[in-house]
Amino acid sequence: MIRRAVVLALVLAMGAIFATLLAGYAPDGDLNLTARYYADRTAPDIGSANIVTAIIVTYRGLDTLGEVTVLFLSATIVGLVLAGGRRRETAQRPPVPVGELLTTGSRFLVPLIMLLGVYVFVNGHLTPGGGFQGGAVVASGVLLMLLADPLKHFSHRLIAAVESVAGFAYVVIGVLGLVLAGGFLDNRILPLGELGALASAGAIPLIYSLVGLKVGAEFSSMLASLSETEEL
Amino acid sequence: MLAMTLLLCVAMIGAALVAIRTDGLPVSILAAGLLSLLASVVFLVLASPDVAMTEAAIGSGLTTFLFFFVLGRVRSGEREGGEHD
Repeated sequence: MIRRAVVLALVLAMGAIFATLLAGYAPDGDLNLTARYYADRTAPDIGSANIVTAIIVTYRGLDTLGEVTVLFLSATIVGLVLAGGRRRETAQRPPVPVGELLTTGSRFLVPLIMLLGVYVFVNGHLTPGGGFQGGAVVASGVLLMLLADPLKHFSHRLIAAVESVAGFAYVVIGVLGLVLAGGFLDNRILPLGELGALASAGAIPLIYSLVGLKVGAEFSSMLASLSETEEL
Repeated sequence: MLAMTLLLCVAMIGAALVAIRTDGLPVSILAAGLLSLLASVVFLVLASPDVAMTEAAIGSGLTTFLFFFVLGRVRSGEREGGEHD
C-alpha cells in the first residue's frame, strides 16, 4: 500500500516536471549561432548534402571516433564474458525446429536487408542515416540468418579482420586529414566534388562506409558468440 | 499534422500498454517493436529523419529480432530441462 502511494507520488512528480517543461516551451524563431554556422557552412566547406552527417563525421568527428571505441569496448567485453562459457559442440541436433516460413523468408530477405544496410552507409552523406544505422541493418540481416539456422557457423576470423581493418583505416584517414588538410578527420583530403553526387564530400563516404563495416562486424560478432555459447 | 501526431502518440501508449499487460511473450515483443516503429514515425514528423532511421533500425529492427532470438534460446533451454526430469 505504501509502495503504491510512493510510486503514484513519483509518477505525479514526474508529470509535474514535464507539465512545467511543456508550459514553458516556445519554439525558436530562428537557428542559434552554432546551428546557423552548420547550416550555412556545410555545403561550401564540407560538400555534404546531409548536414547531420557533416556534423557527425567531420565537425564532431572525434566524438564519433569515441562512440566507435565505446562500441568496440562493449563488443570486447561481451566476447570476454562469453569466452568463459561452454562452447556448443559442432554436430548437434537443432535446439528448436525452425519453421518452413522462416527458412524460405530469410533466404529471400537476407540479401535485400544486407543491400539496404550497405546502401544506407554508402549514401550517408546524401540521405538520412549513415554508418551506425547501416551497420545495425547489416547486423539484423546476420541475426535473421542465425534465427533461420541456429547452428550456422560464422567465421570469427573474417569478422575480426573486417572490424580491425575498418577501425585502423578510420584512424589512418583521421591522421591523413591532420597531415594533408586542416585537422584530425578533416574530410578535404579528397576532392569535395559536386554537392549531391555519390562521390562527393571528400572522405565522408569512405569514413562512413568504414564505420558501417565496423559497427556491422561488431554487432555480428556479439550475436554470433551469443549464439555459439551453450551456457555460462 | 497535429491530429496525426496525436493519433500516433495514442497508438504508442496503446502499444506500450499491450506490451506490459499481455500474457504471451511473443505478442509483448511485437507490441514493443510496434512502439519503436511508431516512435520512429513521430521522429520523422518532427523533421529528424536521421534519428528516425536509428530508431527504426535499432529499436524496431535489431531489438525485436534479438528478443525473439533470446526467447527461442530460453524455450529450447526449458525443453532440454524438461527432458531431464
